[in-house]
Amino acid sequence: MQNTTHTDAVVIEISKVSTRFGDHVVHAELDLEVRQSEIFALVGGSGSGKSTLLREMILLQRPDSGSIRVLGVDLEDIADAEALALRQRWGVMFQHGGLFGSLTVTENIGLPLREHTGLDDRLIDEIAAWKLAMTGLKPEVGAQYPAELSGGMMKRASLARALALDPELLFLDEPTAGLDPESAGGVDQLVRKLRDQFGLTIVMITHDLDLLWQVADRVAVLAEGKVQGLGSMEELSAMDNPAIRKFFDGPRGRAAQAGCAEKTREKSERPSWKPK
Amino acid sequence: MQSTSLKPAAIAQPAPQILTLSGSWTARGIGALERQLESVHIPAKTEVSADGASIEALDSVGAWLLQKLLLRLRDEGSVVTLDGVRPEFAKLLEVVAQHLADQAGQPAVATSQSPTMLQGIGRSSAAAFEQAVALLSFVGECAVALAGIVAHPARFRWRPILFNIRSAGFDALPIVGLLSFLLGIVVAYQGADQLRQYGANIFVADLVGLSMLREFAPLITAIIIAGRSGSAYAAQIGTMAVTEEIDAMRTLGIAPLELLVLPKIIALVIVLPLLTVFADVLGVFGGMLMANAQLGVGFGEFLDRFVKAVSVTAYLIGVCKAPVFAGIIAVVGSFQGFRTRGGADSVGRQTTRSVVQSIFLVIVADALFSIAFSALDL
Repeated sequence: MQNTTHTDAVVIEISKVSTRFGDHVVHAELDLEVRQSEIFALVGGSGSGKSTLLREMILLQRPDSGSIRVLGVDLEDIADAEALALRQRWGVMFQHGGLFGSLTVTENIGLPLREHTGLDDRLIDEIAAWKLAMTGLKPEVGAQYPAELSGGMMKRASLARALALDPELLFLDEPTAGLDPESAGGVDQLVRKLRDQFGLTIVMITHDLDLLWQVADRVAVLAEGKVQGLGSMEELSAMDNPAIRKFFDGPRGRAAQAGCAEKTREKSERPSWKPK
Repeated sequence: MQSTSLKPAAIAQPAPQILTLSGSWTARGIGALERQLESVHIPAKTEVSADGASIEALDSVGAWLLQKLLLRLRDEGSVVTLDGVRPEFAKLLEVVAQHLADQAGQPAVATSQSPTMLQGIGRSSAAAFEQAVALLSFVGECAVALAGIVAHPARFRWRPILFNIRSAGFDALPIVGLLSFLLGIVVAYQGADQLRQYGANIFVADLVGLSMLREFAPLITAIIIAGRSGSAYAAQIGTMAVTEEIDAMRTLGIAPLELLVLPKIIALVIVLPLLTVFADVLGVFGGMLMANAQLGVGFGEFLDRFVKAVSVTAYLIGVCKAPVFAGIIAVVGSFQGFRTRGGADSVGRQTTRSVVQSIFLVIVADALFSIAFSALDL
């Protein structure tokens, strides 16, 4: 959010990435670009390598070949100091939260600030409480331990922790999986609000068709180690590729599409987000 | 984007009516500024203009501090205006201001105070009492489950019992043997000097025989098994509780006590006396080697004296303690496993507790045995 670069700048650049587990080919020379301040979704059936791709983007795993550049830094042969600096510029929300069970929610959120800055403890707690409120959780939640939280609260708390260091880039792994429809709807709005308020670039993995229709700017469909289709949901729904059709032709796909058409009518009255 | 060379955030007051803000107001650039901000004071009822034109970077920490400063100055009665801030920072400042305004309406969340010493003592004694009651009721539940199995022997689960006999018993032979062998050597070695002074070399057989058979062998075996198997029981059941496997078992109509706890208790009650006998043999063997090396007592002489000095009662006293220790270890280990709540952290805590408590209770039981046996003149 401190940057002034124009909107078409590329934040993540993946070129010719190949990954194999033994004989199983996960990615075969995959290319992908994520632009600044967009909400980008990766979809694909299970085993299509979207989680692996995410792990490769956040330095948890290395591809066998090819290059990945995130925020202008090449991840291949990255030095430890550079990796540390880069990790402070992105936030990751894990599928199951990844909150530390021995710390309260407030301590979890404040942990990155405590580790990487020399700020006062009182200030860190204030900031943590603010980030907690930003994700829509009540202040009382801060004193609780992760084990006492419901699934939806856990995801929000995890998101608050991912936001602690004001990342430029946010990775969300299945942000709505396992949530009731109301909480999932809350996550839709939250993701859009974050992008609109701070111009964050958001990369998410999801199967949630509603989330895809309502929030995602561009969607990449992964199958057979390649990107089968890339574009907005409207563009994808017009494509003929069988891997993509699977997403739209089921009854759930049609229902989500119909639901979105209704929403867009309401939405058109509001001014849409303007790049800075 | 964050520039690699951070210029620290700074605030200056060139004239009483002007505040100049500069540098990067970010989590990493703030540094010691926070305390400096508290010392910024402006005479009440003055109009101040804060110049934010040279703020190079702003993140939520910086925005938070800046808005808090403005809020405080306004509360003190000054009129402060912030000008010149780059347009891209305005949105963030607005979000923070909005949040602070919302927050002002709400009462602050009461921060929990750290308890006083008296409260601490009270809480921990209440917790200890609660745990003792829970342990007692767990023992009761186990007894009821055991009685149920005895009444319906068809429900007896042989496979887990045999598995536990192997993992807690057979697999523990090397470590139990080695440690009791070393313990026998130590006892003989420590006694050797004293005995030699009185020319009472042959009494090393009494020393090693009685101490190993009555006390050391059962105790060292129980302590090893508490560390080795008791902790494993707690960790296994604890992890199952965390991953909802225990709940799944209950909903499937399988009593977790019957499947998880009884086989462990039965197996350990069978195995611990046997391990104690094994420890007896190796401990005495260690003492015998040392007696030969240090005191010149031959193996034949040693065994002759051993038979006279150590009665069958002494041997039986040692062995009959073992099933009691076994019960303590298996029950405490399983009990602590079932008390696991939450996550990985809790599993570790309960495992530690199971080892500490079972060793503690084993030693307490041993002391009670000593008192009982001396009252019975055994």
